[in-house]
Parts: sequence; C-alpha cells; structure tokens
Amino acid sequence: MLRSRIIPCLLIQNKGLVKTVNFKDPKYVGDPINAVKIFNEKEVDELIVLDIDATKENRGPNLKMIKNLADECRMPFCYGGGITTVEQAVKIISLGAEKIALSYSALTNINLCQEIGDIIGNQSVVVVLDVKKKKIFGGYDIYTHNGSKKSNWKLNDLISKLEEIGIGEIVINSIDNDGLMQGYDLPLIESIREKCSMPITVIGGAGSIQHIKDLISKFKIIGAAAGSLFVFKGKYKAVLISYPNREERKPIYK
Amino acid sequence: MIGIIDYGSGNVQAIATIYKNLNIDYQVITDKDDLKKADKLILPGVGAFDATMKQLIDSGLRDELNNLVLINKVPILGICVGLQVMGFGSDEGDLPGLGWIPGIVKKFNINKIESKPKLPHMGWNTIKDIQNHRLFKGIDNEFGFYFVHSFYFECESEDNILTTSNYSIDFTSAIYSDHIIGTQFHPEKSHGNGVLLFKNFAQL
Repeated sequence: MLRSRIIPCLLIQNKGLVKTVNFKDPKYVGDPINAVKIFNEKEVDELIVLDIDATKENRGPNLKMIKNLADECRMPFCYGGGITTVEQAVKIISLGAEKIALSYSALTNINLCQEIGDIIGNQSVVVVLDVKKKKIFGGYDIYTHNGSKKSNWKLNDLISKLEEIGIGEIVINSIDNDGLMQGYDLPLIESIREKCSMPITVIGGAGSIQHIKDLISKFKIIGAAAGSLFVFKGKYKAVLISYPNREERKPIYK
Repeated sequence: MIGIIDYGSGNVQAIATIYKNLNIDYQVITDKDDLKKADKLILPGVGAFDATMKQLIDSGLRDELNNLVLINKVPILGICVGLQVMGFGSDEGDLPGLGWIPGIVKKFNINKIESKPKLPHMGWNTIKDIQNHRLFKGIDNEFGFYFVHSFYFECESEDNILTTSNYSIDFTSAIYSDHIIGTQFHPEKSHGNGVLLFKNFAQL
C-alpha cells in the first residue's frame, strides 16, 4: 500500500535556512546542509527546498547550492525557486533532484510545464501555489513573489489547466496559515481535493504531529508538508530539527 | 568496480555517494569506452522515455551496452526509466527500447480502475511477491521504497517478474532475467533499504 508523505519544507534565503510567519519576518534557523544530514538520519519521506529570494531578485537557481544539497540527500528531493527555462530544470534533475517546482514562471507561461515535462517526465514537474483567502467574497487568490504579487489565475481554472497538461504534483501553500502552527486550512484542501486527479501536497499551519494525523485521516493519501513543526521546538520556538522516527510514524500513516 | 552510467539522466551522484559511503569501488561513466572497465553496471533514469532512449543512442552507449550486457553478460541494474528502457517500447514514447526483457511499458489506466488513483504514483510503497533473490536480502519491507512514475513495465512472461506492488491494481515493480535487473522504485532515494539493495547488488 502506498502511504502518505510527511515532508519537511525548507526555505532558503541568503544561503541560510529561514522560517517565515505569513510569508514575512524570516527567522534564521541554520545551515541547509546540516539540516539535510539530520533529515537523512531521520529517514524523512521526502524533502522540499525552496529558494524564496530567487524570483524576487529576478535570478536563476543557485546550481552550486542545489548540487551540494542533492549530493547529501538520501531522500527524494524537490527544488523550487527561480526556474524559468527548460535548461535549468534539466540541469537540476541531472544534479540529483527528483522534482523541480515552478510557481511564478508556470503562472506566467503555463506551457513551460509541458516543455519541461517532455524532457524530464511530467511526474517530476511540481507547481507550487501560494494562496490567500479573499477578504470579502470567499475563495482564494494565488500569489507569487513571496506573497506580494497577486496572479490573475483563478484557482480552479489553473488546477484544471495543470491537470490537462498532466504535471506530477500540486503543492498548495496557505499564506494565511504559514508559520502559525495552528493546523492546516482543511476547507481549502477540501475545495480542491476532489477536482484534482494529481497528487497534492499541502503546507501551511502544521504545528503538531496531530495536525498531520488529522490531515491524513481525512484525505487518506496526501502529502503533508511542514516547516516550523520540523525546525522549532517549544513555545519559544527554539531551533531544533526534528522528525518522527520509523516507529513513531507508523500510527500516523494508518 | 561498479560503473554508474551518466548519460544526463538520473540520480548518478546520489548513487555514487551511497557507494562511496559503503567503501565499494565505483566509477561514474560518461564515455562508452569506459563501460567495459566495470564488473557491474547501473543504469539510472529520471526522464521521459524517448528523451532517455535518444540520449542512449546519441551517446553511443546503447550499442556498447548491448555488447556488454547481451554478449559478455555483465550484470546491470536499471532504475525507473532505466528499467523501462529494457523492454520493447513504451506508451510514453515512439522509440523502440533496448528489448532485453520481453515486455511493454504501459500507463496506469485510471479510467479502468474504480478507485481512480492519482497519477503519478508517488511516495513510499511496499513490494510483494518477492522472488527469492539476494538483491532483497535484509530489506525491511514494511518501510518500503520510494516511487515516482505514471508508467509501469508489463512483462510478457511471469518468469521476469521480480516483485510486484499495489497501487489500486497490482503492477510489476521490479523485473529480472538472469543478470539483468530493473527496479521501478528509486533505491537511491529509499534510505536504509536502498543502501542495502545497492550493497546486495555489488555482492551478487
């Protein structure tokens, strides 16, 4: 039986690891390579690494950093941040990542997903959607540039389009819940889950293993990603990398 | 020496790192003329079927691999698309495969499956029907292996099925024919189980 994936999501800024709250106030939490080494020991299901500066600074992916991370990763590894061309995507896969994540470049040039998929296989193309609740009318808007730029895409239209193209996975990131550690936005996931024939990974809000357990028991096979949960400990948010071990995970998957 | 074939596809470095940590002699091979130095070969793969075959053909690796694997009987382990190219062809592409193991690569037909599983099949899954093979010695099967694929190998003969897995339907998750082995899952991304599998392959 396939089991759900519990995925640490690491944010990179200035070559260091950071963690944000509502996409703001990045707090330095350590060295990425060191984190990967710890996550190797913990045998994490998968790892997502996002360079949150790349698109904002209008630069491409830092290939040297990606190579260093990929060399160290003994788990599947998805890289996102600043990818705008097929060549960059192919290069990143050849460095040892399983998947590449697009956001802004996919939203502005949806065909890029297909062009990249034709070379590296659609299963390795991930689209990350940073979404935020609309203030008045309900529903969600999609944002890019670390939540500062609103996209014209309607969430449902975009998901249908991505489905038509046939990408590997959608990562739904809740800006509203990011870093609050109060639980996932379950109604958000519910609203897209049934419509979507692709695997979904959700991120934004996990503050305890129970939150992940709730998510998995509600949606069965799903990717449960978290940032704060795996890098902070206690109410004062001391930096401590953690992840449940093999035995501790068994009841979560059930 | 284990030769890890680098033809621009797949997690070559991840595999190299594992052998390095195991203190097992390996070499990343990019030139077809170096293939014959290896006692055993690994053919990794992440990519679309045709793109992968084209790289194998254009680099001249295909012909040399045919010589070494079919005539000299050099053991080889194909991973993911590296397994898929061992058949006659794939639903995903138009180019013929290497044709080492009789079979065709098919896409999961979700329309025919009642539970409508999501594609790709992605994540950690267990393997079953494991044939008595030293490759899986000591594997913790409850922990399983990492998969990411929408296509699977359909063997013409049950004799070539090494393991199966279930994703709403049972499908072949590893194949073999004597010294030719392929896994649909990614041992290089499967933590301890993967390390063990590479170690077992080196000791076959």
